[in-house]
Amino acid sequence: MSPEIEAIVLEDAMLNLDELARSCQVSREWVIAHIHCGLLSGNNPDHTDPTAWTFNSHSLIRVRRILTVERDFDCNPELAGLVADLIEEISILRSHLHVSR
Amino acid sequence: MEFKDYYKILGVSHDATAADIKKAFRSLARKYHPDVSKEADSEEKMKEVNEANTVLTDPEKRAAYDQLLQHAGTSADSSDFRPPPGWDAGFEFGQRGPDGAHTADYSDFFAGLFGKRESNTRQNPQKMRGNDRHAKIMLDLEDTYQGTTRNLTLQVLKPDAQGRIVLDEQTLSVRIPKGVYAKQIIRLAGQGDPGIGGEAAGDLFLETHFNPHQRYRIENKDVYTSLPVAPWEAVLGGVIKVPVPDGVVEVRVPENSHGGQKLRLKGRGIPAATPGDFYLTLEIVLPPATTEKERAFYQTMAREFSFNPRQHMGV
Repeated sequence: MSPEIEAIVLEDAMLNLDELARSCQVSREWVIAHIHCGLLSGNNPDHTDPTAWTFNSHSLIRVRRILTVERDFDCNPELAGLVADLIEEISILRSHLHVSR
Repeated sequence: MEFKDYYKILGVSHDATAADIKKAFRSLARKYHPDVSKEADSEEKMKEVNEANTVLTDPEKRAAYDQLLQHAGTSADSSDFRPPPGWDAGFEFGQRGPDGAHTADYSDFFAGLFGKRESNTRQNPQKMRGNDRHAKIMLDLEDTYQGTTRNLTLQVLKPDAQGRIVLDEQTLSVRIPKGVYAKQIIRLAGQGDPGIGGEAAGDLFLETHFNPHQRYRIENKDVYTSLPVAPWEAVLGGVIKVPVPDGVVEVRVPENSHGGQKLRLKGRGIPAATPGDFYLTLEIVLPPATTEKERAFYQTMAREFSFNPRQHMGV
Protein backbone atom coordinates (compact mmCIF):
# COMPACT_ATOMS: atom_id res chain seq x y z
CA MET A 1 0.00 0.00 0.00
CA SER A 2 1.34 3.42 -0.93
CA PRO A 3 1.51 6.21 1.67
CA GLU A 4 -1.52 8.42 2.05
CA ILE A 5 -1.88 10.88 -0.82
CA GLU A 6 -3.41 14.29 -0.26
CA ALA A 7 -6.13 15.08 -2.79
CA ILE A 8 -6.58 18.69 -3.87
CA VAL A 9 -9.98 19.98 -4.94
CA LEU A 10 -9.67 21.71 -8.30
CA GLU A 11 -11.51 24.77 -6.99
CA ASP A 12 -8.59 25.33 -4.61
CA ALA A 13 -5.94 25.06 -7.34
CA MET A 14 -7.54 25.61 -10.72
CA LEU A 15 -6.06 24.39 -14.00
CA ASN A 16 -4.44 26.75 -16.45
CA LEU A 17 -5.00 26.50 -20.21
CA ASP A 18 -2.08 24.16 -20.85
CA GLU A 19 -2.98 21.87 -17.94
CA LEU A 20 -6.59 21.63 -19.10
CA ALA A 21 -5.56 20.89 -22.69
CA ARG A 22 -2.96 18.33 -21.64
CA SER A 23 -5.31 16.60 -19.24
CA CYS A 24 -7.99 16.18 -21.91
CA GLN A 25 -5.44 15.42 -24.64
CA VAL A 26 -6.53 18.26 -26.87
CA SER A 27 -4.53 21.17 -28.21
CA ARG A 28 -4.64 24.54 -26.48
CA GLU A 29 -6.03 25.89 -29.79
CA TRP A 30 -8.97 23.47 -29.43
CA VAL A 31 -9.77 24.93 -26.00
CA ILE A 32 -9.32 28.55 -27.17
CA ALA A 33 -11.55 27.96 -30.21
CA HIS A 34 -14.28 26.42 -28.03
CA ILE A 35 -14.12 29.35 -25.60
CA HIS A 36 -14.35 31.84 -28.44
CA CYS A 37 -17.44 29.97 -29.72
CA GLY A 38 -19.01 30.31 -26.26
CA LEU A 39 -19.06 26.53 -25.71
CA LEU A 40 -16.70 26.59 -22.76
CA SER A 41 -16.01 29.09 -20.09
CA GLY A 42 -13.16 29.69 -17.75
CA ASN A 43 -12.30 32.21 -15.11
CA ASN A 44 -11.70 35.54 -16.87
CA PRO A 45 -12.59 34.14 -20.31
CA ASP A 46 -12.83 37.66 -21.73
CA HIS A 47 -9.26 38.35 -20.88
CA THR A 48 -7.22 38.77 -24.03
CA ASP A 49 -4.39 36.63 -22.72
CA PRO A 50 -5.46 32.94 -22.69
CA THR A 51 -2.53 32.03 -20.47
CA ALA A 52 -4.29 33.94 -17.68
CA TRP A 53 -7.45 31.81 -17.89
CA THR A 54 -8.15 29.28 -15.16
CA PHE A 55 -10.55 26.36 -15.19
CA ASN A 56 -12.55 24.60 -12.48
CA SER A 57 -14.12 21.15 -12.10
CA HIS A 58 -17.10 22.03 -14.29
CA SER A 59 -14.80 23.15 -17.13
CA LEU A 60 -12.83 19.90 -17.05
CA ILE A 61 -15.97 17.73 -17.00
CA ARG A 62 -17.50 19.80 -19.81
CA VAL A 63 -14.42 19.62 -22.03
CA ARG A 64 -14.33 15.84 -21.68
CA ARG A 65 -18.06 15.60 -22.40
CA ILE A 66 -17.93 17.81 -25.51
CA LEU A 67 -14.84 15.99 -26.74
CA THR A 68 -16.53 12.59 -26.36
CA VAL A 69 -19.63 13.70 -28.25
CA GLU A 70 -17.58 15.33 -31.04
CA ARG A 71 -15.44 12.22 -31.38
CA ASP A 72 -18.10 9.52 -31.05
CA PHE A 73 -20.58 11.14 -33.42
CA ASP A 74 -18.23 13.10 -35.69
CA CYS A 75 -20.30 16.16 -34.95
CA ASN A 76 -19.45 19.83 -35.02
CA PRO A 77 -18.58 21.71 -31.81
CA GLU A 78 -21.88 23.60 -31.66
CA LEU A 79 -23.91 20.40 -31.71
CA ALA A 80 -21.63 18.81 -29.10
CA GLY A 81 -22.06 21.96 -26.98
CA LEU A 82 -25.85 21.69 -27.30
CA VAL A 83 -25.72 18.03 -26.20
CA ALA A 84 -23.53 19.00 -23.24
CA ASP A 85 -26.01 21.78 -22.30
CA LEU A 86 -28.91 19.32 -22.41
CA ILE A 87 -27.04 16.71 -20.36
CA GLU A 88 -26.28 19.35 -17.73
CA GLU A 89 -29.92 20.48 -17.73
CA ILE A 90 -31.14 16.89 -17.32
CA SER A 91 -28.72 16.41 -14.46
CA ILE A 92 -30.08 19.52 -12.67
CA LEU A 93 -33.70 18.46 -13.23
CA ARG A 94 -32.98 14.92 -12.00
CA SER A 95 -31.37 16.38 -8.93
CA HIS A 96 -34.45 18.60 -8.25
CA LEU A 97 -36.73 15.62 -8.78
CA HIS A 98 -34.71 13.47 -6.41
CA VAL A 99 -34.79 16.17 -3.73
CA SER A 100 -38.53 16.76 -4.05
CA ARG A 101 -39.41 13.07 -3.64
CA MET B 1 -7.18 -13.30 -20.38
CA GLU B 2 -10.75 -13.37 -21.55
CA PHE B 3 -11.15 -13.33 -25.32
CA LYS B 4 -13.09 -10.35 -26.70
CA ASP B 5 -15.13 -10.77 -29.87
CA TYR B 6 -15.09 -7.20 -31.10
CA TYR B 7 -17.37 -7.95 -34.03
CA LYS B 8 -19.97 -9.41 -31.68
CA ILE B 9 -19.66 -6.47 -29.28
CA LEU B 10 -20.47 -4.03 -32.09
CA GLY B 11 -23.00 -6.43 -33.61
CA VAL B 12 -21.39 -6.38 -37.05
CA SER B 13 -20.25 -9.15 -39.39
CA HIS B 14 -16.60 -9.95 -40.04
CA ASP B 15 -16.79 -8.34 -43.47
CA ALA B 16 -18.38 -5.13 -42.14
CA THR B 17 -17.28 -1.98 -43.93
CA ALA B 18 -15.87 1.07 -42.14
CA ALA B 19 -19.28 2.71 -42.61
CA ASP B 20 -21.08 -0.31 -41.03
CA ILE B 21 -18.73 -0.15 -38.04
CA LYS B 22 -19.19 3.59 -37.63
CA LYS B 23 -22.98 3.22 -37.77
CA ALA B 24 -22.98 0.38 -35.21
CA PHE B 25 -20.63 2.29 -32.91
CA ARG B 26 -22.74 5.45 -32.98
CA SER B 27 -25.87 3.51 -32.25
CA LEU B 28 -24.28 1.82 -29.23
CA ALA B 29 -22.54 5.03 -28.10
CA ARG B 30 -25.98 6.60 -27.92
CA LYS B 31 -27.48 3.58 -26.15
CA TYR B 32 -24.76 3.35 -23.51
CA HIS B 33 -23.91 7.03 -23.10
CA PRO B 34 -23.30 7.19 -19.33
CA ASP B 35 -25.24 10.45 -18.93
CA VAL B 36 -28.46 9.19 -20.45
CA SER B 37 -28.40 5.39 -20.41
CA LYS B 38 -30.72 3.57 -18.03
CA GLU B 39 -28.69 0.36 -18.28
CA ALA B 40 -27.09 -0.53 -14.95
CA ASP B 41 -23.68 -1.35 -16.42
CA SER B 42 -23.66 1.29 -19.15
CA GLU B 43 -20.18 2.54 -18.29
CA GLU B 44 -18.64 -0.91 -18.57
CA LYS B 45 -20.56 -1.57 -21.78
CA MET B 46 -19.37 1.75 -23.22
CA LYS B 47 -15.77 0.86 -22.44
CA GLU B 48 -16.21 -2.42 -24.29
CA VAL B 49 -17.80 -0.66 -27.26
CA ASN B 50 -15.02 1.95 -27.33
CA GLU B 51 -12.42 -0.80 -27.25
CA ALA B 52 -14.06 -2.72 -30.10
CA ASN B 53 -14.34 0.51 -32.09
CA THR B 54 -10.70 1.38 -31.45
CA VAL B 55 -9.56 -1.93 -32.89
CA LEU B 56 -11.97 -2.27 -35.78
CA THR B 57 -11.60 1.31 -37.05
CA ASP B 58 -7.81 1.14 -37.15
CA PRO B 59 -6.98 -0.77 -40.37
CA GLU B 60 -3.74 -2.18 -38.98
CA LYS B 61 -5.22 -3.23 -35.63
CA ARG B 62 -8.21 -4.74 -37.38
CA ALA B 63 -6.01 -6.70 -39.79
CA ALA B 64 -3.90 -7.99 -36.88
CA TYR B 65 -7.05 -8.89 -34.93
CA ASP B 66 -8.48 -10.72 -37.96
CA GLN B 67 -5.19 -12.59 -38.28
CA LEU B 68 -5.44 -13.49 -34.57
CA LEU B 69 -8.97 -14.82 -35.09
CA GLN B 70 -7.66 -17.06 -37.90
CA HIS B 71 -4.70 -18.29 -35.80
CA ALA B 72 -6.74 -18.79 -32.65
CA GLY B 73 -9.53 -20.87 -34.20
CA THR B 74 -11.78 -22.43 -31.56
CA SER B 75 -9.58 -21.33 -28.63
CA ALA B 76 -10.91 -17.83 -29.29
CA ASP B 77 -13.95 -18.76 -27.18
CA SER B 78 -11.80 -19.45 -24.15
CA SER B 79 -12.03 -17.45 -20.96
CA ASP B 80 -8.30 -18.08 -20.49
CA PHE B 81 -7.17 -17.01 -23.92
CA ARG B 82 -3.48 -16.70 -24.84
CA PRO B 83 -2.59 -15.30 -28.25
CA PRO B 84 -0.54 -17.80 -30.28
CA PRO B 85 3.11 -16.86 -30.94
CA GLY B 86 3.59 -14.70 -34.02
CA TRP B 87 -0.11 -13.81 -34.33
CA ASP B 88 0.86 -10.18 -34.96
CA ALA B 89 3.76 -10.80 -37.33
CA GLY B 90 4.09 -7.96 -39.78
CA PHE B 91 2.10 -5.42 -37.77
CA GLU B 92 3.29 -2.38 -35.88
CA PHE B 93 0.57 -0.60 -33.95
CA GLY B 94 0.37 1.85 -31.09
CA GLN B 95 -1.21 1.06 -27.78
CA ARG B 96 -3.49 4.04 -27.55
CA GLY B 97 -6.81 4.49 -29.16
CA PRO B 98 -7.50 7.29 -31.61
CA ASP B 99 -8.96 9.32 -28.79
CA GLY B 100 -5.77 9.12 -26.77
CA ALA B 101 -7.59 7.08 -24.14
CA HIS B 102 -5.43 5.31 -21.64
CA THR B 103 -4.93 1.57 -22.03
CA ALA B 104 -6.26 1.09 -18.51
CA ASP B 105 -9.62 2.16 -19.96
CA TYR B 106 -9.44 -1.06 -21.96
CA SER B 107 -9.46 -4.76 -21.06
CA ASP B 108 -6.39 -6.84 -20.32
CA PHE B 109 -7.15 -8.60 -23.63
CA PHE B 110 -6.58 -5.28 -25.43
CA ALA B 111 -3.51 -4.45 -23.35
CA GLY B 112 -2.08 -7.91 -23.98
CA LEU B 113 -2.52 -7.61 -27.72
CA PHE B 114 -1.73 -4.00 -28.41
CA GLY B 115 0.49 -2.99 -25.51
CA LYS B 116 3.82 -3.91 -27.07
CA ARG B 117 4.54 -0.52 -28.54
CA GLU B 118 4.51 0.94 -25.07
CA SER B 119 7.35 -1.32 -23.97
CA ASN B 120 9.32 -0.34 -27.07
CA THR B 121 8.70 3.32 -26.34
CA ARG B 122 10.00 2.89 -22.85
CA GLN B 123 13.33 1.64 -24.16
CA ASN B 124 13.46 4.67 -26.42
CA PRO B 125 15.41 7.68 -25.21
CA GLN B 126 12.42 9.87 -26.11
CA LYS B 127 11.12 12.00 -23.23
CA MET B 128 7.48 12.50 -22.46
CA ARG B 129 5.45 13.53 -19.44
CA GLY B 130 3.00 10.82 -18.41
CA ASN B 131 -0.61 11.26 -19.42
CA ASP B 132 -3.21 12.37 -16.90
CA ARG B 133 -5.82 9.83 -15.95
CA HIS B 134 -9.49 10.35 -15.13
CA ALA B 135 -11.75 8.24 -12.93
CA LYS B 136 -14.80 8.54 -10.71
CA ILE B 137 -14.91 8.13 -6.97
CA MET B 138 -18.02 7.29 -4.95
CA LEU B 139 -18.23 8.91 -1.52
CA ASP B 140 -20.67 8.75 1.36
CA LEU B 141 -22.19 12.00 2.57
CA GLU B 142 -20.57 11.50 5.98
CA ASP B 143 -17.14 11.46 4.27
CA THR B 144 -17.44 15.07 3.21
CA TYR B 145 -18.54 16.26 6.67
CA GLN B 146 -15.40 14.91 8.29
CA GLY B 147 -12.93 14.32 5.47
CA THR B 148 -11.85 10.73 5.05
CA THR B 149 -9.19 8.38 3.75
CA ARG B 150 -10.26 6.09 0.93
CA ASN B 151 -8.44 3.16 -0.61
CA LEU B 152 -8.76 3.41 -4.35
CA THR B 153 -8.00 0.47 -6.62
CA LEU B 154 -6.94 1.41 -10.13
CA GLN B 155 -5.87 -0.53 -13.17
CA VAL B 156 -2.36 0.43 -14.22
CA LEU B 157 0.05 -0.57 -16.96
CA LYS B 158 2.97 -2.65 -15.84
CA PRO B 159 5.61 -4.71 -17.70
CA ASP B 160 5.43 -8.45 -16.95
CA ALA B 161 8.40 -10.87 -16.76
CA GLN B 162 8.52 -11.06 -20.58
CA GLY B 163 8.50 -7.29 -20.90
CA ARG B 164 4.96 -7.20 -22.24
CA ILE B 165 2.72 -4.47 -20.92
CA VAL B 166 -0.14 -5.91 -18.92
CA LEU B 167 -2.84 -4.46 -16.72
CA ASP B 168 -2.28 -4.66 -13.02
CA GLU B 169 -4.12 -3.33 -9.98
CA GLN B 170 -2.69 -0.59 -7.82
CA THR B 171 -4.22 0.52 -4.54
CA LEU B 172 -3.85 4.15 -3.49
CA SER B 173 -4.68 5.52 -0.09
CA VAL B 174 -6.25 8.89 -0.77
CA ARG B 175 -7.04 11.61 1.77
CA ILE B 176 -10.35 13.16 0.69
CA PRO B 177 -10.66 16.72 1.95
CA LYS B 178 -13.61 17.87 4.02
CA GLY B 179 -16.27 19.79 2.13
CA VAL B 180 -16.14 18.19 -1.33
CA TYR B 181 -19.45 18.04 -3.15
CA ALA B 182 -20.72 16.10 -6.15
CA LYS B 183 -19.14 16.61 -9.58
CA GLN B 184 -16.06 18.24 -8.21
CA ILE B 185 -12.69 17.16 -9.48
CA ILE B 186 -9.99 16.25 -7.02
CA ARG B 187 -6.46 16.06 -8.26
CA LEU B 188 -3.78 13.61 -7.17
CA ALA B 189 -0.48 14.94 -8.41
CA GLY B 190 1.87 12.38 -9.95
CA GLN B 191 -0.60 9.48 -9.85
CA GLY B 192 -1.32 9.34 -13.59
CA ASP B 193 0.71 7.46 -16.20
CA PRO B 194 4.44 7.25 -15.53
CA GLY B 195 6.63 9.67 -17.50
CA ILE B 196 9.08 8.46 -20.13
CA GLY B 197 12.78 9.26 -20.12
CA GLY B 198 12.77 10.68 -16.61
CA GLU B 199 9.88 13.04 -17.24
CA ALA B 200 7.22 13.62 -14.57
CA ALA B 201 4.25 11.30 -14.14
CA GLY B 202 0.82 12.59 -15.09
CA ASP B 203 -1.87 13.41 -12.54
CA LEU B 204 -4.95 11.48 -11.56
CA PHE B 205 -8.24 13.40 -11.65
CA LEU B 206 -11.17 11.96 -9.70
CA GLU B 207 -14.75 13.11 -10.29
CA THR B 208 -16.70 12.93 -7.05
CA HIS B 209 -20.12 11.33 -6.74
CA PHE B 210 -22.18 10.40 -3.69
CA ASN B 211 -23.66 7.02 -2.93
CA PRO B 212 -27.42 7.22 -2.44
CA HIS B 213 -28.20 7.81 1.23
CA GLN B 214 -31.03 6.21 3.11
CA ARG B 215 -31.90 9.40 4.97
CA TYR B 216 -30.46 12.38 3.12
CA ARG B 217 -30.74 13.76 -0.40
CA ILE B 218 -28.08 16.05 -1.81
CA GLU B 219 -28.30 18.84 -4.32
CA ASN B 220 -25.05 20.66 -5.01
CA LYS B 221 -23.91 21.75 -1.53
CA ASP B 222 -27.35 21.59 0.09
CA VAL B 223 -28.62 18.56 1.98
CA TYR B 224 -32.30 17.68 2.37
CA THR B 225 -34.16 15.32 4.64
CA SER B 226 -37.69 14.69 5.88
CA LEU B 227 -38.30 15.42 9.53
CA PRO B 228 -41.15 13.45 11.14
CA VAL B 229 -42.98 15.47 13.79
CA ALA B 230 -45.97 14.68 15.99
CA PRO B 231 -49.12 16.78 15.39
CA TRP B 232 -48.71 18.56 18.75
CA GLU B 233 -45.06 19.42 17.91
CA ALA B 234 -46.21 20.98 14.65
CA VAL B 235 -49.11 22.90 16.24
CA LEU B 236 -47.58 23.93 19.53
CA GLY B 237 -44.01 24.33 18.28
CA GLY B 238 -40.98 23.57 20.37
CA VAL B 239 -37.39 22.47 20.31
CA ILE B 240 -36.69 18.96 19.00
CA LYS B 241 -33.54 16.94 18.37
CA VAL B 242 -32.63 16.30 14.74
CA PRO B 243 -29.91 13.98 13.42
CA VAL B 244 -27.55 15.61 10.87
CA PRO B 245 -24.65 13.87 9.08
CA ASP B 246 -22.12 15.10 11.63
CA GLY B 247 -24.14 14.63 14.82
CA VAL B 248 -27.37 15.84 16.41
CA VAL B 249 -28.68 19.41 16.54
CA GLU B 250 -31.59 21.03 18.33
CA VAL B 251 -34.12 22.73 16.05
CA ARG B 252 -37.00 25.01 16.96
CA VAL B 253 -40.19 24.04 15.15
CA PRO B 254 -42.39 27.16 14.79
CA GLU B 255 -45.94 27.16 16.15
CA ASN B 256 -48.67 26.13 13.68
CA SER B 257 -46.24 24.48 11.25
CA HIS B 258 -47.76 22.35 8.53
CA GLY B 259 -46.75 19.23 6.66
CA GLY B 260 -44.35 19.90 3.77
CA GLN B 261 -43.08 23.09 5.38
CA LYS B 262 -39.32 23.55 4.97
CA LEU B 263 -36.97 24.64 7.73
CA ARG B 264 -33.49 25.79 6.75
CA LEU B 265 -30.42 25.27 8.88
CA LYS B 266 -28.08 27.83 7.38
CA GLY B 267 -24.55 26.62 6.75
CA ARG B 268 -25.23 23.05 7.97
CA GLY B 269 -25.08 21.51 4.47
CA ILE B 270 -21.84 20.31 2.93
CA PRO B 271 -19.04 22.18 4.69
CA ALA B 272 -17.41 23.60 1.54
CA ALA B 273 -15.54 26.94 1.54
CA THR B 274 -19.00 28.48 1.21
CA PRO B 275 -21.05 25.90 3.10
CA GLY B 276 -24.37 24.63 1.82
CA ASP B 277 -27.60 24.67 3.83
CA PHE B 278 -29.48 21.83 5.47
CA TYR B 279 -33.20 21.63 4.71
CA LEU B 280 -35.77 19.82 6.81
CA THR B 281 -39.15 19.08 5.30
CA LEU B 282 -41.72 18.61 8.04
CA GLU B 283 -43.68 15.39 7.79
CA ILE B 284 -46.54 15.23 10.29
CA VAL B 285 -46.98 11.71 11.57
CA LEU B 286 -50.28 10.73 13.16
CA PRO B 287 -50.00 8.57 16.25
CA PRO B 288 -52.08 5.40 15.91
CA ALA B 289 -54.92 4.99 18.41
CA THR B 290 -54.40 1.55 19.85
CA THR B 291 -56.08 1.93 23.26
CA GLU B 292 -59.50 3.13 24.33
CA LYS B 293 -57.96 6.19 25.94
CA GLU B 294 -56.13 7.09 22.73
CA ARG B 295 -59.31 6.65 20.69
CA ALA B 296 -61.11 8.93 23.14
CA PHE B 297 -58.55 11.66 22.40
CA TYR B 298 -59.32 11.48 18.68
CA GLN B 299 -63.08 11.49 19.40
CA THR B 300 -62.62 14.61 21.50
CA MET B 301 -60.67 16.24 18.67
CA ALA B 302 -63.39 15.33 16.16
CA ARG B 303 -65.98 17.02 18.39
CA GLU B 304 -63.94 20.08 19.30
CA PHE B 305 -62.42 20.98 15.91
CA SER B 306 -64.48 22.41 13.11
CA PHE B 307 -61.86 21.23 10.65
CA ASN B 308 -62.53 20.01 7.12
CA PRO B 309 -59.31 18.97 5.33
CA ARG B 310 -61.26 18.71 2.02
CA GLN B 311 -62.79 22.17 2.11
CA HIS B 312 -60.66 23.37 -0.82
CA MET B 313 -62.10 20.47 -2.87
CA GLY B 314 -65.60 21.82 -2.38
CA VAL B 315 -66.88 18.89 -0.31
